[in-house]
Amino acid sequence: MINVLKPGLQTTVQDDGRVGYYETGMPPSGAVDQYSYAVANMLAGNKKGAAVLEITYMGPALEFQEDAVIAITGGVIPPQINEAPVPMWETLEVKKGDVLTFDFVKQGARAYLAAAGGIDVPVIMDSRSTYTLCGIGGFDGRALQEGDVLSIGNMQEKEVKPGTRVTGEYIPEFSANHEIRVIIGLCSYRLTEESKQRFLDIEWTVTPEANRVGYRLKGERLDFVPREQPFGAGSNPSNVVDLGYPIGSIQVPDGIEPIALLNDAVTGGGYAPVATIISTDLNRIGQAKTNEKIKFISVTLEEALEARQQNNRKLAEVKQMMQSS
Amino acid sequence: MKEIVSSLPGVFYRRPEPDKPVFVEEGDEVKAGDTIGLIEVMKSFQEVKAEADGVIKSIKVEDKAVVDAGQVVAELE
Repeated sequence: MINVLKPGLQTTVQDDGRVGYYETGMPPSGAVDQYSYAVANMLAGNKKGAAVLEITYMGPALEFQEDAVIAITGGVIPPQINEAPVPMWETLEVKKGDVLTFDFVKQGARAYLAAAGGIDVPVIMDSRSTYTLCGIGGFDGRALQEGDVLSIGNMQEKEVKPGTRVTGEYIPEFSANHEIRVIIGLCSYRLTEESKQRFLDIEWTVTPEANRVGYRLKGERLDFVPREQPFGAGSNPSNVVDLGYPIGSIQVPDGIEPIALLNDAVTGGGYAPVATIISTDLNRIGQAKTNEKIKFISVTLEEALEARQQNNRKLAEVKQMMQSS
Repeated sequence: MKEIVSSLPGVFYRRPEPDKPVFVEEGDEVKAGDTIGLIEVMKSFQEVKAEADGVIKSIKVEDKAVVDAGQVVAELE
């Protein structure tokens, strides 16, 4: 058992997502940074898909009621056990009675805390992920609150020796300037040629409205090609006839502030998606903080798939390192 | 002197509501745990609190200004 002494800003139970229900309007939820999530589970010796805690900006204070093996990855929200700093990206041992707390966020936005065995909450539609907007999954369908008691499950597949670490190239670095790769489309034809170029040239700023649903960005106004709106589309030039939104798609309501849709976003609607963040870089945009800068880099589908394969190779190598440790 | 820092990035508010007086003025005496301001981020509001007793020497951030995590919002004497 783990007692939640303080919940942090928004600490939720997440896993690899509620995949397979998108067409019913159910977004996948799940850890926003799936790379850091996966490595946390590997360091804890968990099976793929075990649930972890996703910690946003401000860490919780957690009191362990049993001995446990844990690992913390992701953005640098420096962890402390009984007020002594402990490393991230390393398998750690905690004893019954130990209190885990976190210092101010230094880099990135989200940290992942895996416990050997996984966080045990009911599986809803094949996932333990929290979807707070609908109040389903995770711990009572919501972010953690003071006084909650978490159970550790039985998703451990391997004993990883405490002190086992991942290093160097396997630890992503998050600066305050994020380069995020996108594929232009689906409805980029709605932007003027000039605005399409400006979209890629501008350094966008992350606004305080940036969460698991979406990231609203500030920069400058983008213009849409004037036209008589087709039947079924809204009257604003940024409207199209409703369509399914790809996860990571970026819409620009009224041309004013682009919104990148993330894991908890609405699955479809009538704003023109002008570009879509490649799946590998969803891991990175989820680590961008309010006030930080984002620049979008246009890539081809082939480049996006290569980036995904590279990411998967990296995860396979980390897994290999754990096996041989 | 002690610094009061924001643990979050977001928008700093000196008032609990737009038409209410500010939480504290420079020169005010505060106790540990007193609220100095609010930080709005991800559509939620978090209180910034004094961690010790003292007198507010200066407020470093304007009302509704954007702050970074770890930024000093006020100094305490």
